[in-house]
Amino acid sequence: MTEAFLDVRNVSRRFAPRLSFGDRIAGKLGQPIDARVTHAVDGVSLAIAKGEALGLVGESGCGKSTLGRVIAGILPPSEGTTAVAGEPVMSQGPRRHKTTTRVQMIFQDPFASLDPRMQVGDTVAEGPIAHRLTTRAQARDYVGRWLTTVGLDPGFAARYPHQFSGGQRQRIAIARALAMQPDMLVCDEPVASLDVSIQAQIINLFLKLRRELNLTMLFISHDLGVVRHLCDRVAIMYLGRIVELGETQAVYAAPQHPYTRALLDSVPKLMLDDHETTAFKPIAGELPSPLAPPPGCHFHLRCPLVQPICRQERPPLRAVLPGRESACHFAPFPPGLRRLR
Amino acid sequence: MSGQASPLSRFWAEFRESRIALAALVVVVLIVGVAVLAPLVAPQNPYDLANLALMDARRPPGYVGSGGFTHWLGTDAQGRDLLSAILYGLRISLQMGLIAGSVAFVVGVSLGLGAAYLGGRWEAFIMRIIDLQLAFPAILLALVLSAMLGQGKAQLITALVAAQYAYFARTAHGAASAERGKDYVEAALSTPLPAWQVVFRHILPNCLPPLIVVATVQVANAIALEATLSFLGVGLPVTEPSLGMLIANGFQYMLSGRYWISIYPGIALILLIVAINLVGDQIRDQVNPRLKR
Amino acid sequence: MTRPSQNGPLLEVDDLATHFFTRAGVIRAVDGVSFSLKRGEVMGLVGESGSGKSVTGFSLLGLIDPPGRIVSGSVRFDGQDLVALPPAQLRRLRGRKIAMVFQDPATTLNPVVTIGDQMRMALEAHGVRGEQRTRERSVAVLTRVGIPDAARRLKAYPHEFSGGMRQRVAIAIALLHDPALLIADEPTTALDVSIQAQILAEMRGLVADLGMALIWISHDLATVSSLADSIAVMYAGRIVEAGPTAAVLRDPRHHYTRGLLDSLPARAEPGRDLVQIPGTTPSLLALPPGCAFAPRCPRADETCLAMPALVSDGLRRHRCHHPLGLEGAP
Repeated sequence: MTEAFLDVRNVSRRFAPRLSFGDRIAGKLGQPIDARVTHAVDGVSLAIAKGEALGLVGESGCGKSTLGRVIAGILPPSEGTTAVAGEPVMSQGPRRHKTTTRVQMIFQDPFASLDPRMQVGDTVAEGPIAHRLTTRAQARDYVGRWLTTVGLDPGFAARYPHQFSGGQRQRIAIARALAMQPDMLVCDEPVASLDVSIQAQIINLFLKLRRELNLTMLFISHDLGVVRHLCDRVAIMYLGRIVELGETQAVYAAPQHPYTRALLDSVPKLMLDDHETTAFKPIAGELPSPLAPPPGCHFHLRCPLVQPICRQERPPLRAVLPGRESACHFAPFPPGLRRLR
Repeated sequence: MSGQASPLSRFWAEFRESRIALAALVVVVLIVGVAVLAPLVAPQNPYDLANLALMDARRPPGYVGSGGFTHWLGTDAQGRDLLSAILYGLRISLQMGLIAGSVAFVVGVSLGLGAAYLGGRWEAFIMRIIDLQLAFPAILLALVLSAMLGQGKAQLITALVAAQYAYFARTAHGAASAERGKDYVEAALSTPLPAWQVVFRHILPNCLPPLIVVATVQVANAIALEATLSFLGVGLPVTEPSLGMLIANGFQYMLSGRYWISIYPGIALILLIVAINLVGDQIRDQVNPRLKR
Repeated sequence: MTRPSQNGPLLEVDDLATHFFTRAGVIRAVDGVSFSLKRGEVMGLVGESGSGKSVTGFSLLGLIDPPGRIVSGSVRFDGQDLVALPPAQLRRLRGRKIAMVFQDPATTLNPVVTIGDQMRMALEAHGVRGEQRTRERSVAVLTRVGIPDAARRLKAYPHEFSGGMRQRVAIAIALLHDPALLIADEPTTALDVSIQAQILAEMRGLVADLGMALIWISHDLATVSSLADSIAVMYAGRIVEAGPTAAVLRDPRHHYTRGLLDSLPARAEPGRDLVQIPGTTPSLLALPPGCAFAPRCPRADETCLAMPALVSDGLRRHRCHHPLGLEGAP
């Protein structure tokens, strides 16, 4: 692999429940209270090369959004470090805050991510003005340029978010991120809340931006089809851990972790034959609670290949094939074994 | 998309649909108007001793006094034209209510926003103090403070602010905590924008609707509170006769049939407070999306 | 159990129109929608947000609140016209012969009542009484939709179930009275793919075993293609294309269907630009004249300023002046 442009080292993020005053007193008095800690992200290391797009795939509750927020500098990690181009994303110390502008974020819901009471031009301009990328006097032209880049009329700058459709708002949110002249974008499900026909427009916009601006991207999604289309490599996450990592095409063609296999099998495919029926191979069971993850391999409760060792020992993420890492005790799997059951 | 009309003009169009609220707004505007213009519209300056004649004292409404004009609402114990006294009294009452309301707004909102933004121990500390204070009746707190600080405008405003800032802090904290978790705030944090900019340019403007509602009601409450304190004699000095003091002055004559000295200032006070509250109710209904039709 | 299949359709919707009379103007959410459904048939109703697919579902059940109103058309279900039916009789059908499942089960499940009690109340509402009977029936349907240990789970509250399990409970409640028709409005959209796959597999089994008809409302062509016998594609309140699912998706006649299929990333070569439909869906308050899709259509010309009729050729229907694959034909 080329040198790491984004370097995520052993990052964990835990959420302790906020105890009320009464609960804390009850706890001190020996009452049993529910103070279990959620391990949203559990010791993740990742590297993304300059100009590369990495897809981060997983089901809800697997910690992919939390990891994205740690990388974008919204949440400080409980442990570990993240750095972009050698610069740490967050300061150290008691009140940790983001210190770099080189990584910017795009959110899922464009109806929530724009301040409803601010003209979109001001929304796009305020970051660059605060960081002296432009001046108040030149902000108009500056904003206009970025609105044009994302395919919007520069004249829209004086409007409020409620005057735009979902797709247009997502373009504005992208313009806001780009106006900070970042090297890297963290995109958290940026097309999930858009209609199919609008999704395609935004995906094409991302393709264009990658070509023209050589952006490095972390693309968080539950949609395997979108990730296959946009990303060079893909990381599969399950219950706070990365279970597989590799080139997108190769992972989809021959997954090296039973969870990846099951996930790929769950995706409904477009059926074009009259009497074809998909043999759905749903994964048995549901995602265990991140409050009480099972010991050993987190997937062992649902895994068709489970062995005694899986219940005891956490499998490390390790290279199993050239350019491929998997966190399964039994990887690599022989090429013939496509079906796991 | 939902029209090109500005949010404010849509708000006004909706406000106009409620006749009661519209009437109340007219009343508020009228009262504020005559209070501001009191020196111009009042028949006499009630506090210029040269204008007063003892022979005009305690005359009933409609009496034509020595000044040569009709006392429509009668006169008080010093022979003052009661209508003029009420207009001047409204001036003082409104002034106290607005100043105390504004100061309480600034103090309370700063504390509430600060607590919501800082989080952790600071938040717990500030909010526990505010909860503690909200457990006391506002009137009791204001009364004790006024008695301790003595009479005077500044002292009274201090007492009113101390009694009221907690409502603003509570509301601001609640609204800001809700806003803080929203994506647009996270977006501002991930830019990153300086903390003051996140708080004052993003969080505060989005917390304004509930705060405006509280502010309207609290201005009315401040006026009522001030009237109560002045009625009890711990509010403003006699040189600043607000509505409360007018009511107190006439109180001793209530049972002797000279009802007007107390009743008319009382009606003015009630009219003002009810009107402000009706306007506040309508604003609350409009900014609360759950009540939206 | 449902009656042995009779000839003729179970549901016949003819020229249904539901409009909303708002302050800003009349919203023609559903305008002239017609389709029919046989017993045991699964129909996918597909469209983007604002296409009218959900309002169509609600209209069938008479669940349209003011300012909305069914302004014309008929819904013949099992020989009765539901639009003309008095509200009391419609209520007796709803939940018994026709049931509905929504995207968010939180909207149908009462958070403070155990699911056992909710199911008992749903049964009693339609005259099934008795501790023993309601309990047995509840356990039977919960087991049928794949909820393990159903008898014990009756005492649980909705929040004690995961999202996927909650949706199964909602489906179980819908199945309590063995409905002849189930309307499912985006029931798997909020769920993860692995849970969605479980529910889809469950749904197929249910339709096959119980012989009920199913209207599956969704924006996702892939789930519809794996489940539905027939498909109706809606755009701006109208059905623009309908027919057997595989045939429509393999060889669409309407340019909108074509555009939807082409914009799916799963069908494109990775990294290449997707074929995108330009523009956005029009506001229902300001629909363009004639074909509502014309402003975004690559094939539009002046003839499209007139509303195209819904042309039927036996199995398939389309509403386009320039149908794909049929151009030049009269």
